[in-house]
Amino acid sequence: MSFHDTLVYINSTVESISAQFNRIPGSAIVLRYVRSSYQNDPMRSFLELCLFLFAVRYFLASKYSFAKKDFIKLSTKEVDELVDEWTPEPLVTPLDEAQQADIDKIPVVVGASGPKVKLSTGKSAMNLASFNMLNLLGNEQIRDQAIKTVREYGVGACGPSGFYGTGEVHIKTEKDISNFLRVPASLIYAQAFNTISSTIPAFAKRGDIIVADSAIGVAIQKGILISRSTVRWFKHNDMDDLERVLQKVQTDFKGQPLTRRFIVTEGLFENIGDIVDLPRIIELKYKYKYRVILDESCSIGVLGKTGRGLTEYFNVPATEVDMIVGSLATTMCAGGGFCAGSDYVVAHQRISGNGYVFSAAVPGYLAATASEAMAIMQSNPDMFTQLLANTRVFRAIIDKTNYMWSPSDPDSPLIHLQLKSEVLETRRIDDEDKVLQDVVDECIANGVLITRSKVVPSQEIFPVESTLKIMITTGLTKRETEKAAAVVKAAISKVMSKVPKIKH
Amino acid sequence: MPSNQTKLASLFAQAQAQIQLPSSGSAPATSASSSPVAAEPSLPSLGIINYSSGTSTNNLSPEEVKKRGMQFAPLSHPSHRYVPHHPKGKPLADPVEEEPPLFYLLSTYISYLILIIFGHVRDFFGKRFKKEKYSHLIQQNGYAPLNSDFDSFYIRRLQARLEDCFARPTIGVPGRYVTLLDRVRKDHCQKFSFTGTTTDCLNLSSYNYLGFAQSEGQCADAAEEIIRRYGTSSCSPRAEAGTTDLHVETEELIARFVGKEAAMVFSMGYATNAAAFPSLVSKGCLIISDELNHASIRFGARLSGAVIKTYKHNNMADLEHLLRDEISQGQPRTHRPWKKILIVVEGLYSMEGTMCNLPVLVALKKKYKFYLFVDEAHSIGAIGPNGRGVCDYFGIDPSEVDILMGTLTKSFGAAGGYIAADKSIIDALKLANLGYVYAESMSPPVLAQIEAALRTIIGEIVPGEGDERLQRLSFNSRYLRLGLKRLGFITYGHDDSPIIPLLLYAPAKMPAFSHEMLRRKIAVVVVGYPATPLVTSRVRFCVSAALNKDDLDTILKACDELGDLLMLKFSSGASSEHGEKPRWKVEDVIRKGVMDAKRDVL
Repeated sequence: MSFHDTLVYINSTVESISAQFNRIPGSAIVLRYVRSSYQNDPMRSFLELCLFLFAVRYFLASKYSFAKKDFIKLSTKEVDELVDEWTPEPLVTPLDEAQQADIDKIPVVVGASGPKVKLSTGKSAMNLASFNMLNLLGNEQIRDQAIKTVREYGVGACGPSGFYGTGEVHIKTEKDISNFLRVPASLIYAQAFNTISSTIPAFAKRGDIIVADSAIGVAIQKGILISRSTVRWFKHNDMDDLERVLQKVQTDFKGQPLTRRFIVTEGLFENIGDIVDLPRIIELKYKYKYRVILDESCSIGVLGKTGRGLTEYFNVPATEVDMIVGSLATTMCAGGGFCAGSDYVVAHQRISGNGYVFSAAVPGYLAATASEAMAIMQSNPDMFTQLLANTRVFRAIIDKTNYMWSPSDPDSPLIHLQLKSEVLETRRIDDEDKVLQDVVDECIANGVLITRSKVVPSQEIFPVESTLKIMITTGLTKRETEKAAAVVKAAISKVMSKVPKIKH
Repeated sequence: MPSNQTKLASLFAQAQAQIQLPSSGSAPATSASSSPVAAEPSLPSLGIINYSSGTSTNNLSPEEVKKRGMQFAPLSHPSHRYVPHHPKGKPLADPVEEEPPLFYLLSTYISYLILIIFGHVRDFFGKRFKKEKYSHLIQQNGYAPLNSDFDSFYIRRLQARLEDCFARPTIGVPGRYVTLLDRVRKDHCQKFSFTGTTTDCLNLSSYNYLGFAQSEGQCADAAEEIIRRYGTSSCSPRAEAGTTDLHVETEELIARFVGKEAAMVFSMGYATNAAAFPSLVSKGCLIISDELNHASIRFGARLSGAVIKTYKHNNMADLEHLLRDEISQGQPRTHRPWKKILIVVEGLYSMEGTMCNLPVLVALKKKYKFYLFVDEAHSIGAIGPNGRGVCDYFGIDPSEVDILMGTLTKSFGAAGGYIAADKSIIDALKLANLGYVYAESMSPPVLAQIEAALRTIIGEIVPGEGDERLQRLSFNSRYLRLGLKRLGFITYGHDDSPIIPLLLYAPAKMPAFSHEMLRRKIAVVVVGYPATPLVTSRVRFCVSAALNKDDLDTILKACDELGDLLMLKFSSGASSEHGEKPRWKVEDVIRKGVMDAKRDVL
């Protein structure tokens, strides 16, 4: 190629590029802008180019580079010295004597759990510490169904629900739960405790608002924490305070873009045993445009004529509650938890519920157990009358004790007992838990297994009252329940008689 | 019976000797069958469960044999076994990660671009003209939508297209074969309906590494016995009244198996991690996590309140650099020294098939004094000559690792997870771990399954079977990986890993691969973004001891066909022995595979 040809080639290339450039929509505007800014002054254009390049660099720069401001540059030798000097704290703090005693006192059941258990100490006891309230654990029909399922599916599901872990048995159980609660759909998680911690963050995100009861359990607290939503707390079970908070949210967030808003509460509070005023919650939900997430872990299979939980207890259609979360591991004696609600609520969790997507499915036989348990509940509503009768019998005796009172609802077979405030004022009690543990020990020595309610204080947002936790069961007759109540009452009196009074 | 009993007794003694020396690296293949039987006067107790009932496999009816064969294949030749033997304490060489040709990379990006543009166009018009169908994305009656259209865009517009590749419902045991309930989509792919028929597919998707997903045999028998004796639950959290003697026994057995003083079991594997971190670290502590750690670790780490930093996957140089920075700089702003530093790694990464580089981590730990948490969710049972996880594989004393966590869902065919550590740590966790104090305890039949599976692996019951399972898994993994490499596919991960990701890249190849494999009656799992980086969509094979060589050959043939059909043979040979492009014929792969799979380097 000669020099001339090259020039012609370059010329034609430049021409064709400029023609192409002119064809781009808006190119005229750019050209005009460059011309007008040039104004026979190359410095101007140069400055603008610099500005443009700076802007590009700014946008491409790492967003978090300001964190490096904090960085102190050190020489290799200095870093080595610091590494040598650094001594970490121990991974866990060694237990002190009292704590060691605590874990040594965790009862070990020898053989099956049930209304009457044998403990590793050799003692036999009536069991008022387990969720086996309807005594379905010993039910032969359920056991046969579980064995049949093991013989069909094996034990584990060996994979997440999304990857061949969903068996026909899981689909059936989900359908059974929906029918049981009379809601459109439901899905099962592999662990009840993990269910609500997954459900909340599946819907509530940063910027959303959660209004929650201040006595909710740890699982719900953790779900809220993970969701990064804005939380407002209302006084436990105080519906007027709830309304006050809802109004405050309304004024605080006025004029801001609408975000999702949730009221989160428990049906039957695990740490207290009282019942939420559901009709009022529903009324407030509609008034202030909130969605309700209700944790029924302790109330499903416990409250209501046929055990359908709080919605049956108050005769509120379950569809009024946006999400009902419950446990299959309490009175149903199976394992896992569920979330029930509209088709969309359920379908979304199948893709976005952390504990559903990233965990293996619940073992098939546990799903089958839950199905069978629900069928038995539906066909034997007598169980619930008997449970209530036993509860009344127990309360009639235990409410007469001088030292403790129960914050629990009279209908609740989950009964908490806590020391009366006048007792705390007049007696020298350094460690409430220690006194309660003495009561528990005394009860076990006399053949009744109860427990303190166990919590991890460092993980709770609000302090939890120290209580005795008693769960009534239909596995014991009325007379046995009476006897157990008398034992607990006597144990309280005996332990308290040893606690010295404060002298003024 | 007496001779049988004494044999069992000596095997038990042997097994115990092995347990005391978990890192001895002795080949257990020979110990089960050929060592002379020393007479023991009494049968040692195997604990609560009575195993004598169902361990005999004689006198089975032909249907029974067939049923068992569907769950666990008979071994086609004794040579199809392999004992992994990594040199003791030697660091792991990084596997070569091949890049695809540029054309495929570009076309993958363009595919996503088209999908995204299409999705947005559909959303734009849909929200204006089909309001009732988009009602869940639009603000109405003063309620914000439950999901913003932006957050759910990926799920609605990309993942929904693959919906039929996921959550295929099954019936029965997910063993060698998995039985799928056939389903079809009607109404513009809106809803599935079942046809009422079923298909038996070879199972390359369940985490059934050792093939313990069975409804027959010692594990299911133990589960049945325990349901009769214990029921299905202990109806209370462990810390209150949910602890039974069976829980205590299983925990001791697990601790013995992994080589730690004590262990604690939880009813869900995911929740084991979710609850573990808040009880170990808190504000003022630092968690350093591999960037590809599982969601459960991220969930737990966030609950703990500690600062979280990540390093590049398996990149030990990056980790050391980060450690030096963090220790010398201390906490942000205040520069106070960190209270504790906890490094969290997985033994075997479920999406990559890579193992953690434990020897290097242990060496770093000595220098930098951090605590080490190894999540053996996939590696326990599946890795190491004795199936005891990464410590066993690398010949490292388990006491070098502070916390060994693992799941029981996978190799053992059970459910839940465990944490194993020094007794003082486990005792402290009994007061501080959410999973122990609040969550439901593990169901007794699951404990029975775990015990039966563990005792089988150790060799305490059904002698010889545990070793067969371990060695078949190792052989199968290497055989399939070598075969795929030679056919010309790009695979990720280490040679001894039972997880073999095969790279597909283009998003449309995910459903295509899944459907074509289903047509050939093979069930596979395809994974794409967000579980993997955007471009490296893949199909993940989880190899099982329940498969035999014939099954693997069927799979290799199917992959060979699909490799040509979908243009998947990208390998440039960067990771192969001679550096040339491997494009073997499938017949040659099968002919030479058994010998070559036993070479030190594939």
